[in-house]
Amino acid sequence: MKMLLYAALAALILLHNDFWYWNDAQRVLGLPIGFTYHILYCAAGSVMMTLLVKYAWPASLEDEEETDAPE
Amino acid sequence: MTLTIIIIYLALVLFVGSVSNRLFRRTGEDYFVASRTIGPFFLLMSLFGTNMTAFAILGGSGKAYHEGIGVFALMPSISAIVIPAVFFFVGTRVWALGKKHGYLTQIQFVRDRWGSDIVGLLLFVVVVLLLIPYLLIGVMGGGGALNRITGGDVPQWVGGALVTAVVFAYVCFGGLRGTAWANAFQTLVFMILGGVTVYVIVKNMGGLQDALNKVNEKYLVREGNFQPLHLLTYTFIPLSVGMFPHMFMHWLTAEKASTFKRPLMLYPICIAAVWIPSVLLGVLGTVDFPGLKGPQSNYVLIQMINKTPGVLAGLLCAGVFAAIMSSLDSQALSIGSMFTNDIVKHYRQGEMDDKQQVAVGRIFLAVVLGATFLLAQFTPRSIFGLGVWCFSGFSALFPVVVAALFWKRSTKYGALASILTVILFWIVLFFYQGGKEYTFFDSGVMPVTAMFAASALAMIVVSLLTQPPGEERLARFFPAGKE
Repeated sequence: MKMLLYAALAALILLHNDFWYWNDAQRVLGLPIGFTYHILYCAAGSVMMTLLVKYAWPASLEDEEETDAPE
Repeated sequence: MTLTIIIIYLALVLFVGSVSNRLFRRTGEDYFVASRTIGPFFLLMSLFGTNMTAFAILGGSGKAYHEGIGVFALMPSISAIVIPAVFFFVGTRVWALGKKHGYLTQIQFVRDRWGSDIVGLLLFVVVVLLLIPYLLIGVMGGGGALNRITGGDVPQWVGGALVTAVVFAYVCFGGLRGTAWANAFQTLVFMILGGVTVYVIVKNMGGLQDALNKVNEKYLVREGNFQPLHLLTYTFIPLSVGMFPHMFMHWLTAEKASTFKRPLMLYPICIAAVWIPSVLLGVLGTVDFPGLKGPQSNYVLIQMINKTPGVLAGLLCAGVFAAIMSSLDSQALSIGSMFTNDIVKHYRQGEMDDKQQVAVGRIFLAVVLGATFLLAQFTPRSIFGLGVWCFSGFSALFPVVVAALFWKRSTKYGALASILTVILFWIVLFFYQGGKEYTFFDSGVMPVTAMFAASALAMIVVSLLTQPPGEERLARFFPAGKE
């Protein structure tokens, strides 16, 4: 699951490069499509981070919470 | 009226900062990392507010004024994924090591990780030098904003002095807790007022569609404004958060590892909430204020705000101040913390008690802010240009923290080589075009790409050519059986 999510993260970063809308000014949801795409991309970023937090949270970090004072 | 509202707002910020002082435990750890007690809400507001500078609010709209809606793709949307990913992979691990070993600064971690004073000292010098332009952005932005909003009646230096003095007051008395509280308040202010600004201005322009119809189509596409390779290589820029000392400091304040969870999920939404108004108003500014040249456009947002009724203009301008101060405070405190803990405390003979640590931290805070204010009076460069060079340097240092956290085989010589390479490349590439923002041979490839690649290569090659670190040191950072 972790590896799958890491791959999805890499894919999402690549999808940032929306060359296909480079010269397209049509309006979608009231804004130029190149703008709307990236607003939705931010929403996708939030979903991605939610999945990482829920399914790929490093177990070692939970252990650290049990640690008391610094060494 | 506008000026009165701004002054009331600044008084409110001071009040919030002073209230936090009641919880101050008068220890070094409390002053510099709030005794590691910050919860999810304040962590999100601190991390986000610290990152949203005049660079975003003023520089972003200024850049959108010249280059159109593509600016949203260029900086904020990639930051919406890269920055929380850096928090996830780097920030949480730094927090765990910070808690385990009692670190207060980034330099302590790096020095301890490779057992080298030289690596720590060199990184300290580089980080402080790179942070200076970033601090200047805040003071210059504050001064410029007040100057424009009052139609030139208030000189630029007065606004800069006001921002500097208020930040000094609440950071001095509240330390990092005061900073976190003031950041939370200010971040909420500029997020809410950003939305209000767009609503009011767009309504005055006859609605969103009418407003956009008045904009020249070249600002609604990316063709002709920048190249695809520019968008691709800009991906390196937000990696800078992994090496910002003020981000490092905020990571260490988290109460638990799980404190990071909600901030990670909500960070991308916060970015969109702030940058949509910034970019949209920059683009719409081309209609009402055509022909602004170079740095003049950094204040197009203020000119747009000035079109709104007096009370609202004052509130909106307070929102701009909020964004500026919520970054300046953490940056100044982090430099003060490094001077105190990494130079004075580390190199002096004998122990420093908590009272001394706090006193020295306050002295350095005053020195850093005072020097920044003076420098800002003589620095003419555009706000956005300064930011990109500063970010490029920090991004190029990113391989250092990645190697420290994930690569057992990395050595102090590898880290030294990486930092020295960044220094060399930064100087050569910065002065190659006289400090202007440019891409290699106008291809769209940003200088940060070469800086990052050279830094990573230096780390890998030199580490492999030198003796691996001892098992005992590695065991402190890579316990057996842990991820």
